[in-house]
Amino acid sequence: MTDLTGDEVTELTLTVNGERFTREVPVRRLLSDFLRHDLGLTGTHVGCEHGVCGCCTVRVDGTAVRSCLMLAVQAEAADVVTIEGLSKEGEPLHPVQQAFQDAHGLQCGFCTPGFVLAVCGVLEDDSRTELLGDDEIREAISGNLCRCTGYQHIVEAVRIADAKMRPGAAAPESRA
Amino acid sequence: MKERVFGKRMPRTSDERLLRGRGMYVDDVPVRGALEVVFVRSPHAHARITEIDLEEARATPGVHAVYGAGDLGAFDRPLPLLFPHPDLVEPRTQNPIASDEVHYAGQIVAMIVAEDRYVAEDARERVRLELDPLPVVVDVDAALEDGADQVHSDMEGNVSGHIVQQVGDPDAAFRDAHLVLRHRYILERSAAMPMETRGMVAEWDPRGEELMLWNATQVVHPLRSGLAQFFDIPESRIRITAPDTGGGFGVKGFFMYPEEVLVPWAARELRRPVKWIEDRVEHFTASHHERTQIHDVEIAVTEDGVVTALRDEFLVDTGAFVPYGLELGRITAGQIGGAYRIPNIHVGFRGVYTNTVVCTPYRGAGRPHMCFVTERALDDVARALGIDQFEVRRRNFVGDDEFPYRRDGLVTADGFTVIMDSGAYFTQMSMLEEALDMPALREAQAASRETTKLLGVGLACYVESTGGGPYEGAHVIVEPDTGTVRVTTGFTDQGQSHSTTLAQVAAERLGADLASVQVELGDTAKFRWGIGTYASRGAVHGASAVDRAAGTVRDKALRLAANMLEVSPADLEVEDGRISVKGSPGTSVTLGQVAKAAKPDRYGFDNDLAALAALGPAVPRESSDEGPLLHSDEEPGLEATGFFSPQNSTWASGVHAAVIELDTETGAVRFVRYVVVHDCGIVINPLVVDGQVIGGIAQGVGGSFYERLAYDAQGQIQNASLMDFLIPYATEVPEVELHHLETPSPLNPLGVKGAGEGGAIPVPAVAAAAIDDALSAFGVAVRRMPLDPEELMDLAAASGAHSDKGDR
Amino acid sequence: MKPAPFEYHAPETAVEAASLLQEAGGDGKVLAGGQSLLPLMNLRLARPSVLVDLGRVQGLDGTLANGGIRIGSMVRHGHVQRSHEIQSRVPMLTEAMRHVGHPAIRNRGTLGGSLAHADPAAEAPLVAVALGAELVALGAGGTRTIPADEFFQGPFMTALADDELLTEILFPEAPASAGWGFREVARAHGDFALVAVAAVVSVEDGRLRDARIAVAGAADRPTRIAAAEQALEGAAWDAAARSDVEQIVRDALSPAGDSHASAEYRKSVAGVLAARALDDATKATGSTA
Repeated sequence: MTDLTGDEVTELTLTVNGERFTREVPVRRLLSDFLRHDLGLTGTHVGCEHGVCGCCTVRVDGTAVRSCLMLAVQAEAADVVTIEGLSKEGEPLHPVQQAFQDAHGLQCGFCTPGFVLAVCGVLEDDSRTELLGDDEIREAISGNLCRCTGYQHIVEAVRIADAKMRPGAAAPESRA
Repeated sequence: MKERVFGKRMPRTSDERLLRGRGMYVDDVPVRGALEVVFVRSPHAHARITEIDLEEARATPGVHAVYGAGDLGAFDRPLPLLFPHPDLVEPRTQNPIASDEVHYAGQIVAMIVAEDRYVAEDARERVRLELDPLPVVVDVDAALEDGADQVHSDMEGNVSGHIVQQVGDPDAAFRDAHLVLRHRYILERSAAMPMETRGMVAEWDPRGEELMLWNATQVVHPLRSGLAQFFDIPESRIRITAPDTGGGFGVKGFFMYPEEVLVPWAARELRRPVKWIEDRVEHFTASHHERTQIHDVEIAVTEDGVVTALRDEFLVDTGAFVPYGLELGRITAGQIGGAYRIPNIHVGFRGVYTNTVVCTPYRGAGRPHMCFVTERALDDVARALGIDQFEVRRRNFVGDDEFPYRRDGLVTADGFTVIMDSGAYFTQMSMLEEALDMPALREAQAASRETTKLLGVGLACYVESTGGGPYEGAHVIVEPDTGTVRVTTGFTDQGQSHSTTLAQVAAERLGADLASVQVELGDTAKFRWGIGTYASRGAVHGASAVDRAAGTVRDKALRLAANMLEVSPADLEVEDGRISVKGSPGTSVTLGQVAKAAKPDRYGFDNDLAALAALGPAVPRESSDEGPLLHSDEEPGLEATGFFSPQNSTWASGVHAAVIELDTETGAVRFVRYVVVHDCGIVINPLVVDGQVIGGIAQGVGGSFYERLAYDAQGQIQNASLMDFLIPYATEVPEVELHHLETPSPLNPLGVKGAGEGGAIPVPAVAAAAIDDALSAFGVAVRRMPLDPEELMDLAAASGAHSDKGDR
Repeated sequence: MKPAPFEYHAPETAVEAASLLQEAGGDGKVLAGGQSLLPLMNLRLARPSVLVDLGRVQGLDGTLANGGIRIGSMVRHGHVQRSHEIQSRVPMLTEAMRHVGHPAIRNRGTLGGSLAHADPAAEAPLVAVALGAELVALGAGGTRTIPADEFFQGPFMTALADDELLTEILFPEAPASAGWGFREVARAHGDFALVAVAAVVSVEDGRLRDARIAVAGAADRPTRIAAAEQALEGAAWDAAARSDVEQIVRDALSPAGDSHASAEYRKSVAGVLAARALDDATKATGSTA
């Protein structure tokens, strides 16, 4: 199949935020463009399109990935979660979202969806019994650029969310 | 008594939308049928266009139009010079599309409009462009040599202008000096690099008479004026709105970029909405840079280390054009002397053209340079005379009781005589010293010298003229239907949290509940007058304007309520949106009820009968001036517009210190501590100010060790991607220990000063000082930033610190 | 920044993938994790006319431990980093993963993709060379095993033929007496290494044995420093040996400078990091050398 412009087109079926979609897409279409422009999920932002800034981070089959470094067709049969799917309109914010609000973890908000989804991936890892230390938090968010905050309030937000999502967990050695 | 909201550390009121991914940034604006633009840009830094063939690109399926300069008609003319100056003798600005000669790599040579970006990029590859290369000028010093190659072939030399200012009698002071030091200080080229690139969507009404432009800009009103002139239509036919904007930091504060003319122009030509979203690699050459300045400095001191005179002749790399005039150099010059008395000053600078991207303000805008010069020079004095780095500053500070402090002969970029309105530099320094604990740091430093990882402590003070002119305005209304307090202003937000801080100001002044306040920004259709968000001016101008407007609304509300409650306005108080009689809280009306009374409709649209009856015409009376109806002298509506225009700049200040660990064998650096004492006058929201300061510091860290836009001799940027131009991640940025000092500004009703840029200003000076200090035993002096690992290792090696101690 | 058009295939077997590559001649490109290829395609610096996506190929994403360990080429960096099975057998590889890009990149990027990309500053190729890994390639003509030393042939150049893809990587079992060290200097955390060094060494009776030292970022490919390895054989790890190694490593390299660092810097830091990696390696053996 090709479309008018000579692009090869294929049928794509995937789940996004719990909803199943089937769409025809050009094979060269980036997942970020597919989510934003074909599905209208504009909460996924595009900051560099070469995999450095992390603004376009979404979760694919549970792990945080750069949607600008995936072709939409690579998400065939995948389960994708974008920022819009993290907590539904009208429901309370996800603890990570709430922590960003409480800690002033966002300014312009452009990088924020990417950060929130990257952080969710880390905090939902159940193998931990201790809360994350600051160095671990900084490492965990080290794939996402923020030009506004200087990261400090984001680190604080992750600390708050971690404590909320892991009640009873021990403080990390670095801060004990 | 209800807790004040002004001055309180409170989370922002407007985050939920952004956190849920419901923001609307310019690429999210749902305009149906928008075509997408890709620009064809010159690959050469300086060349004559010998041929451009657009036919194959035009024939690409999905392409609607391809335009060259020849298609622009009357629009093929130079873009405006925003800041003329009598000493700017050779101004040059570019045309929207280059037609003959290109002057920097990245200059637009053609424009493609297509169904989508994929197709437009395909078409771009089919444009055939033939260029005849001309000599390229990149190096600023070389540009000044006799017989240097020309950036603009129609001009003699490469200097656009030379501006000189003088305070006191510097020549005499140099004659009498105990010691004169001469050094060259350099900051290099960098860029603001917001996470969202620039972008816009333009749509005309079907008659092609009225333009709607969504634009990720910091300045909607000035751009409206510029476009009205360029399109020769009334301002009232242009609406510009800045949607949610993903950071600006100055690069979106410039206006009349070529794209800002071309995108609306193409939309009118094609009678279709047209959209351009800059891509990141394009951003490196399509959006402006800043920073390169070279300062040749002489400093005259007494034997006690008191600086009696400073002479600074510097060069500003303006890039290939000067649409912003010589403003960067003028801003720099206006900061000379910093926090110090320095009674005699000569400061002059030349704007130098190079075949590079145009330079206009990036957060700090010329201020980091003068901070770097002044602070590094003070450290050079300290070194030359064997004085401690804290002490040398104390010997020169303007005293806490010496404000306002004048520098007659020196003006800010706004043309005001430099008069530092308030500050407390001694207090600031003492707070820093206490927080640092220098004895402990010196001990740790001594221990570090047994290893290859040396500790250094550096500090720098800065002063910053904030709140550049001329004015902002605000409209405040209590909406009669909902009781919502709506604040509308012309300036914009790129993350500075104005919606929260302006709401705090309005709520405080009005006595309204904070949750009832909504703020709208950056839309020319909603507020007719405005300037924009840059130069740390939002709080100074905007918050003061909101304060004025809210004060007027409060006065009116009290008058109306007095009429309704049949008491004197002086007997009333307002709290939480309710106006009550002092000592008789049961006798009250809400702001919303007063707003209804201020709207003399004959109709009742809700069923709050009791309230309506009280407001309505049921009670017999002789004249409307009796009882609850609107007094005949009053205009309808519980609303007011206020403007604020300060008499002069407010001067924010601060002192930063860093403890840095330098690996002498690899040049790797690590921040161990970063301590700040910050004074931006009265603080509206400390949480927000913390965010501004810390964010600025992160950019300063970038500008110290990571971010350098490196041009090669051919005028090509060597690191034009985020893979190569490194913005620090969380792993590179220190945790900041932040202390606030509040010396109110006497120049505005709130006592506030600007807070947006201060964080970024001193960091290169601080980092350089810390590196000096780490290598202090070896006599190193850093007079140029940024430094990368190799340069740091070379410094260590040259100093002899790179020895054979183990890595322990 | 959108990719140029291409023809896309998503085969379900490695054999099918190889035959698609063969059909494409030199114009085919394997898409594994895409974390290096897609940026290049978005920039239109890479524009393959045929893309063969390994995402749906069965059997490339497993691990099999038998003394050493066999790791499928489509195992993601993030999995390598988190796998206890891999950490217990090739801990150096686990450590190296920390330096590969950032978490979201590692969640998608694959070990085989990184090896086949052959960036001379990349971590996975360095570890493969340092540990003497073997790479298994499947082509239209069948399967062959290529020692890491021979696999990397230059910057972004490997021994893979146009119709071959990597299917698995074999890391040999390390001797019980061996310790290892991995050191890297990058301009920023997660950025490409300016220089990285991987070292393995055993200590017997206070003497160094069987040292393997490899450097990335200081040559056109990850490179063993044979002269340094030989010099250390039977030596004690003291200040003199340390300074000798630094010098030998420096002298053995003649890197190209680029806009990020000069040749001189790379040589110098390679020496420093080699010594530090050997500090770590000898310490890790638990014996005093």
